[in-house]
Amino acid sequence: MHSATPKVPARIWMAYLGIALVLFVMPFAMGAGFGNSWVRILDFVLLYTILALGLNIVVGYAGLLDLGYIAFYAVGAYLFAILASPHFDWHVSAWIILPMGAALACIAGATLGAPTLRLRGDYLAIVTLGFGEIVRLFMNNLDQPVNITNGPQGINLIDGVRLFGYRLESGFTLFGHRFSGDYAYYYLFLALALLAIFVCVRLENSRIGRAWVAIREDEIAAQAMGINTRNVKLLAFAMGASFGGVAGGLFASFQGFVSPESFTLMESVMVVCMVVLGGMGNIPGVILGAVLLTVAPEFLREIINPLQRQLFGRMVVDPENLRMLLFGLALIVVMLFRPAGLWPSKRRREELESAHD
Amino acid sequence: MDTLVQQLINGLILGSIYALIALGYTMVYGILGLINFAHGEIVMIGAMITITCLNILVGHGVHLPGLVLVAISLLMAIPACALLGYTIERVAYRPLRHAPRLAPLITAIGVSIVLQNLAMIIWGRQYVAFPAVLPGEPHEFFGASITSLQILIIVLAAAIMAGLMLLVNRTKLGRAMRATAQSPQVAQLMGVNVNHVISMTFILGSCLGATAGVMVSANYGQAHAYMGFLLGLKAFSAAVLGGIGNLGGAVIGGLLLGIIESLGAGYISDLTGGFLGSQYQDVFAFMVLILVLVFRPSGLMGERVAERP
Repeated sequence: MHSATPKVPARIWMAYLGIALVLFVMPFAMGAGFGNSWVRILDFVLLYTILALGLNIVVGYAGLLDLGYIAFYAVGAYLFAILASPHFDWHVSAWIILPMGAALACIAGATLGAPTLRLRGDYLAIVTLGFGEIVRLFMNNLDQPVNITNGPQGINLIDGVRLFGYRLESGFTLFGHRFSGDYAYYYLFLALALLAIFVCVRLENSRIGRAWVAIREDEIAAQAMGINTRNVKLLAFAMGASFGGVAGGLFASFQGFVSPESFTLMESVMVVCMVVLGGMGNIPGVILGAVLLTVAPEFLREIINPLQRQLFGRMVVDPENLRMLLFGLALIVVMLFRPAGLWPSKRRREELESAHD
Repeated sequence: MDTLVQQLINGLILGSIYALIALGYTMVYGILGLINFAHGEIVMIGAMITITCLNILVGHGVHLPGLVLVAISLLMAIPACALLGYTIERVAYRPLRHAPRLAPLITAIGVSIVLQNLAMIIWGRQYVAFPAVLPGEPHEFFGASITSLQILIIVLAAAIMAGLMLLVNRTKLGRAMRATAQSPQVAQLMGVNVNHVISMTFILGSCLGATAGVMVSANYGQAHAYMGFLLGLKAFSAAVLGGIGNLGGAVIGGLLLGIIESLGAGYISDLTGGFLGSQYQDVFAFMVLILVLVFRPSGLMGERVAERP
């Protein structure tokens, strides 16, 4: 007796096709509708999606609070910057550096994880926070006595990604219209983001994924069931970090410039908020969080400046401060009303519903 | 030898300030199991309000001794910060007492962001100067120099800490606080108004924090909207160093961290042959923190908080 493999209903195929189509034409739609700067924002949305998915492995699946995740992003970015720029005049291909970045970040993640594994939740948060700050401080100060990172000035003129000789940042021409490099990078990032999603989905439904859930819910019981908690946690750190390393390399090639200022605690906090606000442990939720938190500040910026001019005739409040103020308020409000996130995984929602009874 | 004494004195001053802030963190963590990320911002706001009051007083030509002016301004800042601390607890933390542990952490971060940016909107992004109303002539002390202000800071901090110890160990409120820290449910059964105790904890911590903020800005002559973040982080490291949840530990941790940081900043170039300079000073707090947590996670004085489910 065997059960037939259920056929995927036609609706699901149509939905996937629809989503694929939307993703494919998105940059053109945004560019035409809102202007080319929004394509750049889309690219950052995809970058942050990869980051958020990586952090989701650590925070969402394994339940390990990491407040210094941006350090792995920094490692990947600086590796790319050092190996593919005029700084040391090395110009290694991006396709070699990206896997290297992933591997280096992996090692960094394991290095961070090894001594901190037995720490409890909040302590782990502080240690990872400290680790993130240490990495940033070193990036900032490693210009003496040997100039490795060029200190606060950062590294400039980083090479872009080349695909079979075609330089992505030169853009392309389609139907007579000229499209900038941002459009080309969009498709690269989209491909990698889809790869990241695929990896996460497979991880979630694997032995390791279930081991992570077990550890997150009750570590002692997991150990009693024979799960090697130490190794599994290390794996979570390493895998999450590798996502960050890849995203960092992409960031460096895309922006062409890295400096310690891009890797502050605030950035780490942002990524954590994307994961928690979106819905910890739930891939669509995390993507939603990444999209919202990347788009919202830009959106606010478009609204606040004209609004202030209209209401007061001038800039009363520095828009940057107002933007962050609203962001902070939004964090508080969302957490008060949806502590499980905007799109929580089924397990979380059940947890919270039962807690409210 | 001169440098050593000077660095020790600097460390003592810094350490006293860290200790005051660390007490706020440790009290809240001991009772709620929550890292109050917003505490550093309360320190900053205490400093800012005091400076504003001082500027107003000086601007109106009030001719009183500098110390009295500062005291008056401090007396305005402390209730403001206490109210702020109370409000934050009621609005951002109390509704989430039974939510998954990450939720209050995120709200704490949100509150911290809101306060930082509010401060920048109100007081601007520049450094705000502390009005020069306090005596600053240095005295000689074993080859190092220390001003009357700095002596005052150390003495005042010690007095406040002693007062807090008295409160926690000898009064009814203190007993209620210790009971709530041990077990909120049982304390409630024993007739302790847990909500009230928690509010008082936040209020006390905020008062201490405001005082610490004034001390920092008076000692360094300036305040800034971002000063709370780094101070808070280091003070929290100090609290962990001493054993989170343990008041005596917070004091010892604060003093120790201040001295380590001072000595380290002073001697790091000699120690590493010029490879690492004093700009790595901030790294010390983090290094100490990580080392303590890896090798002695319960801190120096041990912790008495049970494993939270």
